[in-house]
Parts: sequence; C-alpha cells; structure tokens
Amino acid sequence: MKFTNGAGTGLTRRSLLAAGGAALAAPMLSRAAFAQATEITMLAWYGHAEPDMVAGFEAEHNVKFVPKYYTGGDNMLGLISQSPPGTYDLILSDAEYVEALNAAGYVEELDPNDYPLDDFFPEFQNFPGNWRDGKLFSLITRFGFLGVAYNTDALTEAEASSYNVFWDPKLTGKVGHFDWHLPNLGQMSLLNGNTIPYDIDEAAWEAVKEKTLSLRSQIGGFFDYGGTFSSLNDGQMLAFCGIGDWITGVLEKNGAKVRSVIPEQGGLQWSECFSIGKGSTKADLARKWIQHTTSAAGQAQTAQMAAYPALIPNARGWEALQASNPDEARRQGMTADAGNAMDLIRSGRIQYRQWPIQQDLETWNDFWSEYKGS
Amino acid sequence: MRRSISLYSLTFSLPLLIWQVLFFVFPLLFLIALSFWTVRNFVMSPDFDPVNWTTMYGRAVFWQAYGTTLALAAAAAALTSILAFPAAYAIAFKLSDTARRWAIFLMVIPFFTSYLVRVYSWQIFLSDNGIINVILGWLGLGPFTMLNTVGATMVGYLTLGFPLVVLLQLFSLIFIDRTLIEAAHNLRCGRLRTVFEVVIPSARTGLVIAALFSFILSFGDFVSPVYLGGGEPTTLSILITDTTKSGQQWPRAAVVALTMIGTLMIVAFGAIKFAYRGKST
Repeated sequence: MKFTNGAGTGLTRRSLLAAGGAALAAPMLSRAAFAQATEITMLAWYGHAEPDMVAGFEAEHNVKFVPKYYTGGDNMLGLISQSPPGTYDLILSDAEYVEALNAAGYVEELDPNDYPLDDFFPEFQNFPGNWRDGKLFSLITRFGFLGVAYNTDALTEAEASSYNVFWDPKLTGKVGHFDWHLPNLGQMSLLNGNTIPYDIDEAAWEAVKEKTLSLRSQIGGFFDYGGTFSSLNDGQMLAFCGIGDWITGVLEKNGAKVRSVIPEQGGLQWSECFSIGKGSTKADLARKWIQHTTSAAGQAQTAQMAAYPALIPNARGWEALQASNPDEARRQGMTADAGNAMDLIRSGRIQYRQWPIQQDLETWNDFWSEYKGS
Repeated sequence: MRRSISLYSLTFSLPLLIWQVLFFVFPLLFLIALSFWTVRNFVMSPDFDPVNWTTMYGRAVFWQAYGTTLALAAAAAALTSILAFPAAYAIAFKLSDTARRWAIFLMVIPFFTSYLVRVYSWQIFLSDNGIINVILGWLGLGPFTMLNTVGATMVGYLTLGFPLVVLLQLFSLIFIDRTLIEAAHNLRCGRLRTVFEVVIPSARTGLVIAALFSFILSFGDFVSPVYLGGGEPTTLSILITDTTKSGQQWPRAAVVALTMIGTLMIVAFGAIKFAYRGKST
C-alpha cells in the first residue's frame, strides 16, 4: 500500500523520510567537509591571520588558520616558553626578538632556496637576526618606520620634521607616548645625535635620560595599541612619540587628519619576520605560507593589511603593489621615485629598532617606569 | 558546645573548600614561589632568590605607584559611597515596592555590558571635542581637558563600582528596623539627624562592605587608569604590565601582585572588623 499525503503530489512517506534524512544530514556532511581542512596555528601580532590576509590561501590549500595573537615580543616569548614544542606552526616575530627565538631553539631552520630571496632588496637578503652561523631561521616579510606622528590640523609637515616639536609649548599636554620604552628612548637617542641610537655609552645614556625627562611636562598620556588609535583619532593627542605609519596609516585611510613623518634626526625601523615553530607537524604548509607571503603577490597583499600597513622587502612586491594599488604604493613611498622608502634607508636616515647594546633591557625599562612616574 | 562534623555539613562545605584550595590557595602559593624565581635572557628558572623583592621594594617608582593606587582607591571608595548613599536611601525609603524593584533592575543592567566598552564610551563624552565640551561650548564655556586626567580615572572607578555600591547599600538600608526611625522622629529628631544618628549607624555593616568592594575593585583596576587616565599617574596595575615588558620579568610582577593582595587583605580585615564592631556574631 502506498501512503501519500495528497493526490498528484507523488510524495511518499519513504521519499519524505529520505528527503528529511538528507536534509538533516546535510549540515553533518558540510561539517565533515570543513573538518577536512587542516588547521595551522599562527602566533602573531593582531591582523596576520584575518580573512583579508589568509582567506585566499585557506581556500587554495584547504587549510584553516588558528591564530594566537600577542601584544609585544615579551608576551610572544612567554607564550612560546609555556607551550609544548609544535604548538605553533608559524611564528611572526619582531626582528629584535628573532635572535632570542633562535637562541632558545624555538624555531626550525629554513632552506633559503625555498624563498625568493633574490627578489628582495639587497639590504634584506642577509637581514640581521634572520641568519645564524650561515643558516637561515626566519625571514623578514614586512617592516615600517617610526618617526613623528602628528595631527595635520595642528602641525605642518615642516614643523613635525624634528623631534624637537614635542617640546613646542602649543603641544603641552598633547604629546602622547606609545607605552614601550624601546621606540621612545630610541627616538630620544636619535635626537641627541647618537648615530646608532641603541649602542650608546653610559654618558650618552645619561644624556638620553636627561633629555627624556625634560619632555615629561609635555606628555598627555602613555597609551597602548587601542589607546594610541583613539587618542590620535579624536584629536586628544596632537603629536605622538614612538609610532609611525603602522598606526597613522590605518587612521589616515579612514579619514583621520594624522600623518607620520621621518624627522631630520632620522627614524627607526621595526621589522617582522616569519619562522616555522620547532616541532611543527605542518612545517610543509607553514613553508608554503611563508613562500606565499614573501612572493610578489603576497607582499603586495601584506603591504595593505587591514590591521596595519607596512613596507615590504621584496622589490617585485613593490612592482605588484604599484600595479594593483598605485595610491597606496605612493602613500607609503614604495615607488621608483627619488626619496622612496629604500632611499631613506640608504641615505642612513633609518636605524633598526633593537635591544640596547651597552645597557641591559631592564635598565631601559626601569628608567621608563621612573619617567612615567616622575 | 563542641560542634561535631557531620556528613551533611561536609557535603555542602567541601565543594567550597575544594574550590578555594584549587583556585585561590594553589595559585597564591605558586605566585609566592614565582616571586623568588630568576630570569635570564627571557627564560624564567625556578630559584629561591629574594632579588625580585629587594629590587622592587628598593625602587622609588614602586612606592610612588603604591601610594598613588592606595590614595586613588580610597578616594574612589569614599566618593562612590557618598554619591551612592542618596540614591540607595531614596530607593529604600521613598519608592514604592514596584518602583524599588525597577530601580534594582536598572542598577543591575550596567553589568550586562562590558566594563571596557563602558569606559571607552566615556572617552566620547570626556575628550576635548567630546559631548560635554560641545555642550559647554554652546554656553560659551571651555573646552576643558577632562580625558587623561585623574578626574577621568575617577569617573571610570565610579562606572565600575557605583551600581554595586548602590545595591549593597540598598540591601543594608531596607533591612533597617523602621521602628527605630519612627522612634527617632517621635523623639523630635530631625530628618537629617535621623539619617546620621539612626540610619547610618544601623546600616554600618552594609555601608562599610559596599565601600570595601569599591576600594577592592578600584585598587586592582587597569582599564580606567589606562583608557581614561592616559596611563598616568602610574598605578600598581600599570606597573605590573610595565614590569612584564622588561624581558619576561614575571617574578617581579608577582612581587607587585603579592603586595597588592597583602594590602587588600589588611584593608578587608580592617574594614570587616570595623563593620562588625560591637555586634555579636
């Protein structure tokens, strides 16, 4: 006997059950399909595993990035040291922490032949910290400059082109610090005329401290990542020490009247490098990611990362960016024009941000705490 | 009379005991041990070296931050209690039962949203181009610098503690024996004097506990001093984050944290002793 729910519909109980079963099973099937995607873990600053960066790679390689975001190199080292080997397949690190990663044995050796190093500008082919005893352990993928960040309504570019602008009486209470000793004190050291701002003797260090303390009355606050964004965006702070286009670039793209300039005393360079975590079981995929992000197309993509833009070390990446987004290439100075980002480096106006050489890190940090409390 | 421990009482008290041991005593012991560890080249290693204690306690900035934090938290507790009392009093004595229920509900609502979000929204009000300065501008006043000041930090502390303090004061006030107030009035005691001579002494326990909660919340708060105070003056919570940025110095941060815990315990025991003074338990 055939059970129907109405003449002419052709719908039997069996077909109804089959259709219902299929419908109910569909989510499970799709879940199974998703489950097949290989998970790859990435320890990085915020933004690196967001869809604007990884969606294409995920679709192409059927992988799913599982990010663990950190704020600051100390935080990163803490997370790695507290995790068993193999927890992180990919590690993004600021250049000054790369050597610590190597020394602690947290990263795998890389094969230089796997990556387009020949396309990199010569300055980045043997980037400090990436190599150790002739072996490659990490690869620089992006960098940026730190100078004077300023509100374009309050200051002209000419006024902002010296660190001395922070002492301008019209900025009293309106100068902000990004709350990390290394970039701020590095900039004070540059202002004091130290060619390599982090390699200074005791007398020069005392002079840096004295100079920094003289700025204290101008300071309106010490801000973290979020606070820096909001205080510049709402005009609460009119000039900022210790940051650059990685903050103001995002705000500028969203219409805020802020910019960064490399002052006459020079600027600092931050750099981010990718490594493969020690004991990673997905080293092959991790390698493919680093290949992708250091390729010309990947470099053009990372230069425009939504979370914070950056300069890129791959010369062919510059060309790709100029072709795909000439405005952004121009804005960041990645064009063939004179005075571009590489010219700034080659003219000696940019120094690496690094750990202090003649003092230990604690000395600098302790002074920073004292400065804040003064 | 000696109380015997029954299985019944253990059934109810053991989970709490286990909870306290697992999530308070063990972490605290670990924190104490951590404060004696040493750090070299970003790697922490178990040790028994008092160097972290001598270093932190030997720094002027630590005591400066300690004094600042203590003063700010005490001011927040006093200010919150003073501002909350009229509200709690009105809800307890002037509103109908229905209106009181609504008022309690309204005091609970702030807890539905993130404290961080509420603090960020204060920036929109307090900044130089913010809502308050715009309104003052219409009146030909200002602009006044309000954001990144101690006053703004205090606004954040109030945001954190005010609803809770009102609720705690309220629950203390509504249980006051009304006949005491009537007796005071019958003895020709004025309204204001009744509040100070009868209501406040009767509700002392709740009022002190409410102030204590405000103190505890403000003392350890990181969000308001950073996002409304602009990170200055340095409080102990900010000093903890600063310390961890110096080559994994978690042991020194542990010293700051233990000092904070010790201070809070002394304040809490002192406050509770004062709250229950003269009362039989």
